[in-house]
Amino acid sequence: MGKIQLRQVRKSFGDVHVIPGIDLDIEDGEFVVFVGPSGCGKSTLLRLIAGLEDTSAGTIDIDGKDATSLPPAKRGLAMVFQSYALYPHMTVRKNISFPLKMAGMSEEEQAKRVERAASVLNLTSYLDRRPGQLSGGQRQRVAIGRAIVREPAAFLFDEPLSNLDAALRVGMRQEISELHQTLKTTMIYVTHDQVEAMTMADKIVVLNAGNIEQVGSPLDLYHNPKNVFVAGFIGSPKMNLIQGAEAAKHNAHTIGIRPEHITVGDGPWEGVVGLSEHLGSDSFIKVDVTGLGIINVRGPGELNVHHGDRIKLAPAGKIHRFDAQGLAI
Amino acid sequence: MARAATPQRKLLMTIAAWSVALIIFFPVLWMILTSFKTEVSAVASPPQLFTADWTLENYADVWNRSDYPRFFWNSVVISVGSTLLGLVIAIPSAWAMAFVPGNKTKDLLMWMLSTKMMPAVAVMIPIYLLFQKLGIFDTKIGLILALMLMNLPIIIWMLYTYFKEIPGEILEAARMDGAGLMSEIIYVLTPMAIPGIASTMLLNVILAWNEAFWTITLTTTKAAPLSAFIASFSAPQGLFYAKLSAASAMAIMPILIMGWFSQKQLVRGLTFGAVK
Repeated sequence: MGKIQLRQVRKSFGDVHVIPGIDLDIEDGEFVVFVGPSGCGKSTLLRLIAGLEDTSAGTIDIDGKDATSLPPAKRGLAMVFQSYALYPHMTVRKNISFPLKMAGMSEEEQAKRVERAASVLNLTSYLDRRPGQLSGGQRQRVAIGRAIVREPAAFLFDEPLSNLDAALRVGMRQEISELHQTLKTTMIYVTHDQVEAMTMADKIVVLNAGNIEQVGSPLDLYHNPKNVFVAGFIGSPKMNLIQGAEAAKHNAHTIGIRPEHITVGDGPWEGVVGLSEHLGSDSFIKVDVTGLGIINVRGPGELNVHHGDRIKLAPAGKIHRFDAQGLAI
Repeated sequence: MARAATPQRKLLMTIAAWSVALIIFFPVLWMILTSFKTEVSAVASPPQLFTADWTLENYADVWNRSDYPRFFWNSVVISVGSTLLGLVIAIPSAWAMAFVPGNKTKDLLMWMLSTKMMPAVAVMIPIYLLFQKLGIFDTKIGLILALMLMNLPIIIWMLYTYFKEIPGEILEAARMDGAGLMSEIIYVLTPMAIPGIASTMLLNVILAWNEAFWTITLTTTKAAPLSAFIASFSAPQGLFYAKLSAASAMAIMPILIMGWFSQKQLVRGLTFGAVK
């Protein structure tokens, strides 16, 4: 089981209110991703759930029991840190078995569980090495191994892939997703990388300045952002947000159009190409459109436009409308 | 541009380094040489660095006239005991200061260090009387306590510096893994800080071994360590420089040998954290 409920959880450091008050329900077995810009409070929120920080107010229930004042060890959660946080003086075997030793498990049972975790994570041949002798990806696997042996109620991941190189990151992302499919245990994952959020999550929690801006499935957030912040944050390249006369035509204060929902060729908007990036499968271009400013366009395949070209654009998809408060209409 | 290491410059630097080293080592060298001289040549005027009549007689005399093994054993018990007791107190203190600092932690550290600036003689009488009243005057326990308290600020400061180098996330990981405070300190923090703890231990054993003011003030015979053993050769029949030197050489030899073998560890420990 791993149902977690947050009720009016607040956290302040002195006069700074990092989390002004959050309500959130995380269902058993869900993969929840906290995403948001740096300093939005996502790591703090995770640490509050872990028990590594004390809440200033509010309650945290784990499986129906109030865990607000329980120490981390008593919450039945496991955490994987950004820096891996392996014990450098212990072998991989000892690192993985450490939580079992702390739980007072017999040596035999410890060995059995370590072997099982190591085989799941392809670490069997590294069990007698020390963390210093492993690569970044292997270290991260050891950290995950240390988390899974305990069979926790939920896993907490604090930006676990940000120290890995791009190729490894994709691989590990898939491994963690597969692990979730196998274990079906609740996972809470903090990242600032929205690609990770979109690809891994059952449910994304978008945070901004300590507040939840929106909670929903990845595609729900993509298609129906509740406000300008979510619209601008989810999706890559960023959604184009346009104000003024063009927005007024749609009876809105701001309109949002995703870069992939703009076509190049003929249309009402005209501008000069600034930057053009050709990735083969896609082309990203930035166009300085008269009266609108910089517009991001994402076209399929190879668009034959280059820096300095004068081109015409047309919106060709959903137009998101927002009012003066930034809320979706 | 990097400074060129020309052969001349190298030679000059080598000579300078050896000269400084010789100046520092000279009193020890003088003492060792004197310990092999006769009393007459030890006080010869002008002083002679070398003499023709080398002798081992002083060592034999010192050995016969006093109970060196007892003094030696007292020194070992007092210096090792005070260091171990100090560590038992300092490890949790330094943990608290390094990982859960309060608003006044820095002030507290400075205050502790400031006690080292106080002249020991200022509190000699109260401490002497306290020891008398508590019945720990001239006992090993008494000296262990006194030297432990004297060196505690240094032990805490050194450990605090080492602990600051240990990433907090590793301790948090231990907490998540179910470790209570004691397990966290015993299984994670202490093993990771072993190089630092070892050099702290070495330095404190040396400091306690060489301490003379309190060990001489607070002992008479039973608990007297080697510092008192040296002092006992300066009175009352007058100064016998050769014998005094032999006694001094015998007193410093164990710690000198220990220092020699652990110098790498000591230097590493003292520069730990300076460069990452």
